[in-house]
Amino acid sequence: MFEILRQSLKTGVVTTSYPQTPPEVSSRARGKPDIDWPNWTDARPAAAICPTGAISYQDLSGQRVARLDLAKCIFCGLCADVDPAIRMTNVCECAACLRDDLVTSAAYSLKTDGTHHRRGSPPSVTKARPGELSPAQRQSLEGIGQRIQERAGQLFGRSLHIRQVDAGSCNGCEVEIVGLNSPIYDIERFGIHFVASPRHADMLLVTGPVTRNMELALRKTYDAMPAPRLVVAVGACGCSGGIFGQNYASLGGVDQVIPVDVYIPGCPPNPHALLHGILLATGKRTERQSGSEKPRP
Amino acid sequence: MNVLPALKGILDELRQRFGAQIEHAHAPQPNELYLHTRLELAGALCSVFYKRYNGRLAGVFAEDARAEHNVFLVYYLYALDSAHGFVLVRVPVPKEQPEMPSLTNAIHAANWQEREIQDLFGIRLVGHPNPRRCALHDDWPEVYPLRKDFDLRTQLPPFTGPRHKFREVEGEGVFQVPVGPVHAGVIEPGHFLFSVAGEPVLYLQLRLFYVHKGIEKLFESMSIPHCVRLAESISGDSSFAHATAFCHAVERTAGVEAPPRARALRVLCLELERLYNHVADIGAICTDVAFVTAQMHAMRLKERVLRVNEQLTGSRLLRGMACLGGVRFDFDADQLRGLARLVEEFEKEFKELVELIRSHSGTRERLETTGVLRPEVARNLGICGIAGRASGFDHDLRRDFPHDFYDQVRFTVPVFTEGDVQRRMVVRREELFQSFGIIRQVLDKLPAGSLQTPIGAVPPDRVALGYVEGWRGEIFHWIHTAPDNRLARCKVKDPSLQNWPALSEAILGNIIPDFPVVNKSFNLSYSGTDR
Repeated sequence: MFEILRQSLKTGVVTTSYPQTPPEVSSRARGKPDIDWPNWTDARPAAAICPTGAISYQDLSGQRVARLDLAKCIFCGLCADVDPAIRMTNVCECAACLRDDLVTSAAYSLKTDGTHHRRGSPPSVTKARPGELSPAQRQSLEGIGQRIQERAGQLFGRSLHIRQVDAGSCNGCEVEIVGLNSPIYDIERFGIHFVASPRHADMLLVTGPVTRNMELALRKTYDAMPAPRLVVAVGACGCSGGIFGQNYASLGGVDQVIPVDVYIPGCPPNPHALLHGILLATGKRTERQSGSEKPRP
Repeated sequence: MNVLPALKGILDELRQRFGAQIEHAHAPQPNELYLHTRLELAGALCSVFYKRYNGRLAGVFAEDARAEHNVFLVYYLYALDSAHGFVLVRVPVPKEQPEMPSLTNAIHAANWQEREIQDLFGIRLVGHPNPRRCALHDDWPEVYPLRKDFDLRTQLPPFTGPRHKFREVEGEGVFQVPVGPVHAGVIEPGHFLFSVAGEPVLYLQLRLFYVHKGIEKLFESMSIPHCVRLAESISGDSSFAHATAFCHAVERTAGVEAPPRARALRVLCLELERLYNHVADIGAICTDVAFVTAQMHAMRLKERVLRVNEQLTGSRLLRGMACLGGVRFDFDADQLRGLARLVEEFEKEFKELVELIRSHSGTRERLETTGVLRPEVARNLGICGIAGRASGFDHDLRRDFPHDFYDQVRFTVPVFTEGDVQRRMVVRREELFQSFGIIRQVLDKLPAGSLQTPIGAVPPDRVALGYVEGWRGEIFHWIHTAPDNRLARCKVKDPSLQNWPALSEAILGNIIPDFPVVNKSFNLSYSGTDR
């Protein structure tokens, strides 16, 4: 007993102060890819090397529309290797409430050699709008964590209960989700905890492309939750089907089966990204409090 | 034929014994011998490899060769640990009457793999003791996804087939406890049905393949460089090991080898993967016997490794690092110093954690003699990896079939015979100490030079076996190349596929409250099994 206490005291507090402080990620970490849209001249090499189709383009009557879909991106950085207009940033907070908010696209005029150039300046870029935290929110003691605690507090008696379901993932996302319970990320400091039954849960955290063999189990788990309920899709696979996409055994993203409130891109998203997405979802809670839930597809 | 002398000797003996029945033999690599023979000889050869050459069946898989050869081909992969070589026996199965004799009654290890062939290729098993569906659940329509005439993107109608019927267990006071597929913890899905009388478990039925996502079929639809990224997503906690096994296979078909520096960096990454998984498992085993303090320290250590992974490769799970012909990123002097520091500090803190667990008598009490997998049972089931080494099976691909830089470092392989949860934890502990040594040795003699040997388009119609000793056990990727830098077939063999049945054996006579800790001590991959 003495030894247990001695070790704990020696170790001290190891918990991160995120989200008051920025995520503790390495400068070398590969996060969201950053495309220099105005000066991008050829989408073809990046689209060809992208293993998931996150970067794609469509040519139609002299016009090219190029797309970056963060929901499909596995942050491998292969596009940045072949295209100087693309740079990998270490930004991990990419979660968004709408699937379309994860897509950025731009229209260009097509040249005869297959490259493209901007039409006028700048090209019309439709930007992804991930739910980013402003520096003000982060620095303030009244930052988002506390704000969410208050909101969640009003609704759930200072607690939010999460049920996690693996609907077909490779287990990579689970490795990071388990990390949320570690002393480093300590999700319980927000009054959030993981529960064993969907009947006790306010939020369903779903990973993986939904497999045909898990479809029924996922629907049943969702149906077992009391309303109001939130669904968070985790990882490239949960957001879009990822590298597996849709095939005879996989239905694709979670939203193909149940309505999704927040998408957390990443392969897998790190614990900061997960926290960011979960907090974003609970922030949305009050907006959806009076409204009805999305219809089931 | 350039083949290891030991394999040459075996081939000569077999030719003498079976004569022209061994129709063809070739060895694309010195330690990889292929024997083409007739279907009827599969059983006899199996018995010879087991009895005479101390071999073991490490995998059974099929491929649809109806277009080229008018038959299905079935391969039996034997690992001959003492000869340091692999033998692949190839037999044809006629397409008009797709049937093959089952080896499961003799070799239990073949059970699930044979049933998987039946599900995915429609090759009927003759004489299998339990020839029910496994990879595709009972309610699936009659489809054979790995046949070439089945399209990957086929959209199947809603399933209306019968539901799975579990075996009945009867007797006074016997009742059944179903668990899953959605579990109470943050783990992957699978269904366990316990039959119990009072507290002790009489029988455990496993039903897996809930996360079957068509990975082997997907391999056939992608270009080979993209397949490396897919290999990273077979089992998330073994991303680098799976991707490297796949790269080995491709490198062998192309006849190239990764440069020395890349091989050394691969070993560093494989050991880092072992580090974070083993320490996490040791922590999780402690949690399952309610010693949460140890778990918290273990999670702290795991997080440190993940952050170093990110610092070295840009990804906490080492994704994006593997590539054909080598590795993608070099480590500079700063990063290497960071890694050396991690090993120093990790070792010191890990020793303290070990001491903490050792001093806690309650933990030892719960772990010793719990979930025993006896050596003879393990041998029958072909159990490999950590679980095998805790039950007396002295093998490790890193030592017996050294890949990458493992022939340049010295280490020992911990083996125990008790086979309980405690020993499976101790194997992990001892392997961690060996890992520290391996990383230090690699850092000491890290070769300079390039990171990749260029691989152009891979020649078509070549076969190769890639293998890696992952943290869980031996991983095999077998590929058959096709034109246009694509694959005709990729067979992925995670150690979990072989090891799951061990759980049903180890839990017998134990009580349900001990199931989580027994399960955790194996910590098998569902996704790696189901693919």
